[in-house]
Amino acid sequence: MKIDDWLQHNTFHHEVFWDLLNLIKAKEEKGLKISLCIPTLNEEKTIGKEVVLFNSELKKKYPLLDEIAVIDSGSTDRTLEVAAAFGADVYRASEILPEMGDKPGKGENLWKAIYQLKGDIICYVDADIKNIHPRFVYGLVAPLIYREEIKYVKAFYDRPLAYSHKIRSSGGGRVTEILVRPLFSLFFPELAAILQPLSGEYAVRREVLEKIPFPVGYGVETSHLIDVYRQWGLEAFGQTDLDQRIHRNQPVEALGKMSFGILQCFIRRLEKDDMVGEQSEMSAMYRHFQAHHRHYKQVVQEIVEEERPPMITIPAYRRKFGLPDS
Amino acid sequence: MPSTLEISDLVESLPNLRQELRQYGQMILASSVMMGEIPAPTYGEEERIRFLSDRFNECGLQNISIDEAGNAIAVLPGAEGTRNILLEAHVDTVFDRSVDHSVTLGTDVLRGPGIADNSIGTAVISVLPILLEKLGIRLSSNLVLLGAVQSQGHGDLGGFRFFLENVQMPIHAGICLAGIHLGRLSYSCLGMLRGEIICEAPPETFWEKSNASGAIVNLNEILTGILAIPELKEAGTSLILGSIKAGNAFNTVPSKALLRFELRSEVLGKITVVHRKIEEILQAAASDSVARAELHVVTRRKPGGIKPSHPIVQGTRAIMDSLGIDPKVAPSVGALSALIAKNIPGVTLGLTSGQNLHEFNEQIQIEPIFTGIAQLIGVLQMIDRGIGHED
Repeated sequence: MKIDDWLQHNTFHHEVFWDLLNLIKAKEEKGLKISLCIPTLNEEKTIGKEVVLFNSELKKKYPLLDEIAVIDSGSTDRTLEVAAAFGADVYRASEILPEMGDKPGKGENLWKAIYQLKGDIICYVDADIKNIHPRFVYGLVAPLIYREEIKYVKAFYDRPLAYSHKIRSSGGGRVTEILVRPLFSLFFPELAAILQPLSGEYAVRREVLEKIPFPVGYGVETSHLIDVYRQWGLEAFGQTDLDQRIHRNQPVEALGKMSFGILQCFIRRLEKDDMVGEQSEMSAMYRHFQAHHRHYKQVVQEIVEEERPPMITIPAYRRKFGLPDS
Repeated sequence: MPSTLEISDLVESLPNLRQELRQYGQMILASSVMMGEIPAPTYGEEERIRFLSDRFNECGLQNISIDEAGNAIAVLPGAEGTRNILLEAHVDTVFDRSVDHSVTLGTDVLRGPGIADNSIGTAVISVLPILLEKLGIRLSSNLVLLGAVQSQGHGDLGGFRFFLENVQMPIHAGICLAGIHLGRLSYSCLGMLRGEIICEAPPETFWEKSNASGAIVNLNEILTGILAIPELKEAGTSLILGSIKAGNAFNTVPSKALLRFELRSEVLGKITVVHRKIEEILQAAASDSVARAELHVVTRRKPGGIKPSHPIVQGTRAIMDSLGIDPKVAPSVGALSALIAKNIPGVTLGLTSGQNLHEFNEQIQIEPIFTGIAQLIGVLQMIDRGIGHED
């Protein structure tokens, strides 16, 4: 599938899925069960609102979700108490599959959710979203309900508060634009079309989740994309514009740690696929994306990093500075 | 006054109704969060109105419309439908679109810009049809639900007034819903004049060598004159100095100053007298200091209302008493005045308690909301029985 085709057919805006009654009808016709997993670590300030909103709007009013689960990494605040009070099923990651041990990191919660939850589709939504809204769930699960060939739907966020021209950048975060998209452009050019590869909101079919490994730390999102791409190709992905996401901004030190974790997972996958050392085959095309209203298009630029040899190997230089011929 | 017999069964049922309402708490909170997170500055309410209209649609209401002024309107048909009761909540807030409108939900509070004034009020009218259905309450009268735009500041109740001017059905009684404070009972409105005094200092050459000069000094002199107006010292008349703007730096004399104020009076004709005297002070100031001083009247309302002995007022007091609400009677300067101007009997009620009104950390308490809604349903049922109607 060409990137432009994929952008046209597998990139959505949440507003096209506004008809929840129709969505629920399609879900029931296909006999699907959907679970929401919210991984947490000390999120007492935002978890209540998130649970109330999803419970009221997407479980009681429109029964899209069959379960809402909070899977916690060992919060020391009242996260679990608040989540339970507002109607979520709450679990400590350490108590799920205890024989497998307990590893620190969000990916651990996501992985154990596959064992604990019942859904044919699991939708993961972070707990630190200030402007949480039902679209964060229905926008992600709808492509999986309507399109059987789609297996993994990522969120992306657009509509910045202000931009000066009609054309705007695709708006990835700093780690995305400085690290992940350049890496994808080099090694997996098609994956560069995933506009926000690090977003923590995605919905995935169980048949996929149960077959891929889960880094427990920062590399989980990047690794998923590579592993799903390797097995099922770009056409297995969808991405949905959820408009704005307001969340805590990470300090630069945290971004460094995140990048370090992502690089480890990335290089491990290159080694596994024997792609290290194949630099002659690396793409010199850098891919980034622009949005014009709701139309997304890739912009490809050739960036060839040619290299010069050490000056001391140049005969003219040696002559000028009286160095003997090598 | 309604006889005890007329509403005794209703009054007795309300504490249980409040208890029943608690099971729908999540729906009320979710709607409040979603409503509160949509920016709705005065004249920029379209997105919130669309959301409210969608909610009316989801409730299966009839005659849902967005009128020419931009108000959202829907009708919950009554069993008989021979009378129409209006329930109004204003949709706009004092916060600009650029403000972070995230709402925080704690275990006992909702916090966010505009949540008290009036996101909670708008959210409650959006869920009321579902609540009535779940509680098994069917009104005999049609219930007209109105989310009104352009109510704040320069909006001057524009949306509500447009609705009342153009509504095609007779409105027999009305309730204006305010987020805070629970216990509020307004059945009359004050005469009111909201104005801006703009003071421009004379050109720099006139005052640059003076120690005390510029627009702030001019405005101060004008203000001193206004505060000395004898009528402002009389009971029942008051002046609120709400906002003052002038200058940008420590060392630059400002050429312009702006004062926003609200003049209130319970006494018919008093606003006119004070208004005339303010104009005289401004004219004198302009001629004395070669400055320009002008008054722009933003809003003006006449005093009026229904009497304390009106059956709706008496019945509302009985309902509040049954729910342990301590009534705080205060004349309104808001939406109720538009009802009164149309001779429609009505009251303004508050829903819950709250703090930091019009601050970024505006907040409301969750628990009293159930009492506030029980009170609202009680008053609706009372009016539905024909008490206090103007047929």
